[in-house]
Amino acid sequence: MGQAVPVVELKGITKRFPGIVANDSISLQLRKGEIHALLGENGAGKSTLMSILFGLYQPDEGEIYINGAKETIDGPGKAIKLGIGMVHQHFKLVQNFTVAENIVLGIEPKKGLSINYRNANDRVQQLSEQYGLKVDPKVKIEDITVGMQQRVEILKTLYRGAEILIFDEPTAVLTVQEIQELMQILRSLAAEGKSIILITHKLKEIMEVSDRVTVIRRGKVIDTLVTAETNENELAEKMVGRRVSFELAMERKEPGSPLVKIDNLTVQGADKGKNILENISMVIRSGEIYGLAGVDGNGQRELVEAITGIRPIHSGSVMLGNADLTQVGIRERMVSGIAQIPEDRQKHGLVLDFKVSENMVLTTYKDSRFGKNGFLNDKEIERHASRLTSEFDVRSAGIQVSMRSLSGGNQQKAIIARELTRDPQLLIAVQPTRGLDIGAIEFVHERLMQAKNEGKAILLISYELDELYKMSDRIAVINEGRIMGVLDREEVNDEKLGLMMAGNKLGAKDGGAA
Amino acid sequence: MSDNQSVKKWSRIFVANNIWVPIIAIVLGLICGAIVMWIGGFNAMEAYQALFDKVFGSKYDIGETIRTITPLLFTGLSVGFAFRAGLFNIGADGQLIMGMTGATIVGVKIDFLPWIVHAPLTVICGMLIGGLWGALAGYLKSSRGVNEVISCIMLNWIALYLSNYLIRTVVLKPGTQRSETIQESASMSIGWLSTFMDNARMDWGIVIGLICTSLFYIILWRTKQGYELRAVGFNPEAARFSGINVPKNMLKSMMIAGMFAGLGGVFEVLGVFHYQVISAASAGYGFDGIAVALLGGNHPVGILLSSILFGVLTYGSAGMNFSASVPTEIVRIVIGCIIFFVASQGLIQMLYKPFMARREAKRKEAA
Repeated sequence: MGQAVPVVELKGITKRFPGIVANDSISLQLRKGEIHALLGENGAGKSTLMSILFGLYQPDEGEIYINGAKETIDGPGKAIKLGIGMVHQHFKLVQNFTVAENIVLGIEPKKGLSINYRNANDRVQQLSEQYGLKVDPKVKIEDITVGMQQRVEILKTLYRGAEILIFDEPTAVLTVQEIQELMQILRSLAAEGKSIILITHKLKEIMEVSDRVTVIRRGKVIDTLVTAETNENELAEKMVGRRVSFELAMERKEPGSPLVKIDNLTVQGADKGKNILENISMVIRSGEIYGLAGVDGNGQRELVEAITGIRPIHSGSVMLGNADLTQVGIRERMVSGIAQIPEDRQKHGLVLDFKVSENMVLTTYKDSRFGKNGFLNDKEIERHASRLTSEFDVRSAGIQVSMRSLSGGNQQKAIIARELTRDPQLLIAVQPTRGLDIGAIEFVHERLMQAKNEGKAILLISYELDELYKMSDRIAVINEGRIMGVLDREEVNDEKLGLMMAGNKLGAKDGGAA
Repeated sequence: MSDNQSVKKWSRIFVANNIWVPIIAIVLGLICGAIVMWIGGFNAMEAYQALFDKVFGSKYDIGETIRTITPLLFTGLSVGFAFRAGLFNIGADGQLIMGMTGATIVGVKIDFLPWIVHAPLTVICGMLIGGLWGALAGYLKSSRGVNEVISCIMLNWIALYLSNYLIRTVVLKPGTQRSETIQESASMSIGWLSTFMDNARMDWGIVIGLICTSLFYIILWRTKQGYELRAVGFNPEAARFSGINVPKNMLKSMMIAGMFAGLGGVFEVLGVFHYQVISAASAGYGFDGIAVALLGGNHPVGILLSSILFGVLTYGSAGMNFSASVPTEIVRIVIGCIIFFVASQGLIQMLYKPFMARREAKRKEAA
């Protein structure tokens, strides 16, 4: 197999953008039927390289060979003709079209002047069965899950005859189960002889599914390895350029006395009939990280909104120290010491069109030190922003640029800087490391641990169990708006959590451990 | 160093978004107007010449041009302010009419106050009634979720007929279709300046307009209130998550926008006509205000410049008609085209990108 002509060969690809070299003489070989992972941190140049292969950018130097023949790929049309298909991170689907209509869009099978939908449906059905995708061609995109939409994107490339499939961070938007199913799909595609390039920064997935890995750092290929001969630690080290520990090397102080008391909290749904949250009670101690596990959409979002005051509480109470916050507004709760790292940082945490400096005071601009008598003290705001950005290593072209121009990791760091500097008593962190690379994840975890050790109460909501294991003092599980049970960090394991996440109360099976 | 910085700051205000887009839009608009004139068999060069002669021909014309600019500046500020908070104030027209009516009634009915009290009182009353009219749409939006475009359009008509009714029943000059003339003590005209400008109708409106232009900047960029308004405009969700009361800010922005438009109406009455007529349709200043705000990029300096442009075109069109016998409607075509080109920014960027790229390349070569 090693001697055969590679399906794709990139030789010395160089691409410069103003100020940076995104790809620096990158060479890469993709063999037939292999899953080749492209590993690198955000901004390492993976996406640029794949955009070049897909014809979205032209390389400044270097050559591309497809099946041994030198090709110039001057646009996606040419790439598709050469059998290259790309599954983008953000799907490009028409929401109110059916699956089949989306797939044939642009190359519809015709019957006379009209589109032959029966033919389209049949062919989509057949492709779907061939690769085990289980997609119904007749349903509308808006009615299916994100995981299914991704399969439609895969089918789109297959329908266009793709032999080489590029997946750009395909698991970023999927749930745990959907990721497992995707891994299965990737394997069956490879087994059918398709060659796959998988762009990712998640080491677990690489170890699980890929045949070989190419590590890219700052636009350069660091190494290409056979997956079976390497391990997560080695890959992480090559990706980041230094040793990475998956365990926090920091000390972990014991939690103190109870600080946050949530008592019988009930929140009603939009139709008033069904409760989204039912009798939620939890006590978070100072200096404790209280992890909340659960499948996405079981009430986590509503719980956060109820605690922060964004969503009205039907019954029950929220206490912070001795203060009853159940009835007060969002701002009062913030001032009392509740801070939040929201799940959707761009939508809820930042004003992207504001300057970096303006964003750094989004939750504190009312403080008298940022201006008196209703006016803003720009100098003080800028000084504050400069201090925060340097202290939390938020990288940008200055505090005057818009927040939009920062990378996801730096945007997240900005939010964390802003919220931790407010010195809150309770910090609610929802998926704080979602979409971040290893270096940034390490940073966020260290800061959270530091906040814990300073005596803050932290409610950590995450869909990644590893993160909860690593950080939490206790882990609770939420299912359909109810708490299924709480476990100490010593007694958690996958099996217990899995059962609770599926809706079994703790102790129902092993007889009242709680 | 500090000099350099302040220069940079100024240039940043001017090139807020991209100064080339409006400039090219204006040029293209004038060209389109010329093409239409050419098709109609008129001499475009002569017509534009006549337009500018009319505007800058005499002291009287310059004064009258400033008078034309004033209401456009106010409604432009009104629409632009609401835009900054993420709202489309299509109701500046109604707010302006209510401002006029308020000023007329207070200006006519109160007859025992000296100028120093009566005139400011009348201005403030008109301004507040305009603000109230804007706040009405803001209230419907914030408490009931009514789309402000719909409510504003309806409020425009309500304002027009309510105003007609009030003039007819409260301050009608018997035997005419207009109100009584306002008391001398409510007039905002500047007599000596009018005399100096060969009897052009000069008033305090433009002065207040310029003050409002700087207030527009100060409120939005220098105060915490403005910070909230802009946050709501850019990202209401993030604003809400940060503890900002979004509905309240929407209400406030519509009220302030209404006050700007109301002032526009106030000075039409107190400074220019000194009475208000019963009319079947509005003068359309509110709608021109949308164009002014759009061309000005919702920035105070931009709005000032674009209101000057529209004022010049509008006033000058009369001259075009007179000396080149081109119908005044041509100017509406030019304005329409400018708006079209501003709105289709992509088209303009397509035009100037290659040019800019070439310049960039040249600069690189030189370096």
